[in-house]
Amino acid sequence: MPDGFCVYSPCTEKMASSSSYNSPCAACKFLRRKCMPGCIFAPYFPPEEPQKFANVHKIFGASNVTKLLNELPPHQREDAVNSLAYEAEARVRDPVYGCVGAISFLQRQVQRLQKELDAANSDLIHYACSEITTALPAPPGPSSIQSMAPRQRPIDHYDRIGMGNEGGYYEAPAIPTPYNLPWNDNPSGENNAAGGGSNM
Amino acid sequence: MKESGRKQGALSPCAACKLLRRRCAEDCVFAPYFPPDEPHKFASVHKVFGASNVNKMLQELPEHQRRDAVSSMVYEANARVRDPVYGCVGAISSLQQQIHSLQTQLAAAQAEVVHMRMRQFSSSSNTGGAMDMAVDQANMGESLWSC
Repeated sequence: MPDGFCVYSPCTEKMASSSSYNSPCAACKFLRRKCMPGCIFAPYFPPEEPQKFANVHKIFGASNVTKLLNELPPHQREDAVNSLAYEAEARVRDPVYGCVGAISFLQRQVQRLQKELDAANSDLIHYACSEITTALPAPPGPSSIQSMAPRQRPIDHYDRIGMGNEGGYYEAPAIPTPYNLPWNDNPSGENNAAGGGSNM
Repeated sequence: MKESGRKQGALSPCAACKLLRRRCAEDCVFAPYFPPDEPHKFASVHKVFGASNVNKMLQELPEHQRRDAVSSMVYEANARVRDPVYGCVGAISSLQQQIHSLQTQLAAAQAEVVHMRMRQFSSSSNTGGAMDMAVDQANMGESLWSC
């Protein structure tokens, strides 16, 4: 298909009719029906990507996808189709967990990284405290604590790594998932966790 | 058999059969996973995937995997109902961004730890621990000079 025929972006009826004139979209090909002008699938399921619609059809069904797209404004349909295609492909690859397996994997990765970050920050505080201890003169007695200068920020490096709070620990804001995952164990293999595209 | 079939019919049909307005057979594939007291669970799954697709997917799985499959489908369906554009792919995207951010912070913090260790060792070497510093530097996982 010549490059001039843009069927990949949410297009106008004119584009859709060009597409149907040249070749039916992947959906209509799959469904063995005439690809009419204004076909709702045509902008998002080009004939060169038959697997995309095949997966979406298998998992969600054509009529559910039609209903969903009709409920969305045109400028959001491309993203919706891409996310449906992603979920469908993930479900075809992992019929038990689908892309929820990827979420589970990524959540564990976040927890692991957060733990490592906490440990590194804890080390930094440890080093900072030991530096303060060695820098201060030996206190004459137990009451010396009262006479010490007001508490100062330990060391500049906290500013350098962006830790501004009093406690000295940084916690990444948790991304709330809509629902609690009902399992904690490994899904069917920690495989292809985020496969299929990270940019939506 | 008929007796038990009638008995099954006399019992409350599962949430799926209730929504689909059909008799809940004894071997109904949905019944173990869509109890009648959780109608919303099947409602969202039906809306997003469709009953026949769910039926097909469950039939293709061994029984011991069906419960997890239903749980994941319910999760995906609910996410899609809440966010019709991105569904649970939005959560994946957010998690990936969070991971990237954490990795950046972790790299910075670990570099700072190495820096602090070097400072401490160099200050202890000034008080006569030069040999210890050399040994500890060799043991350090990350070298400042290997960029």
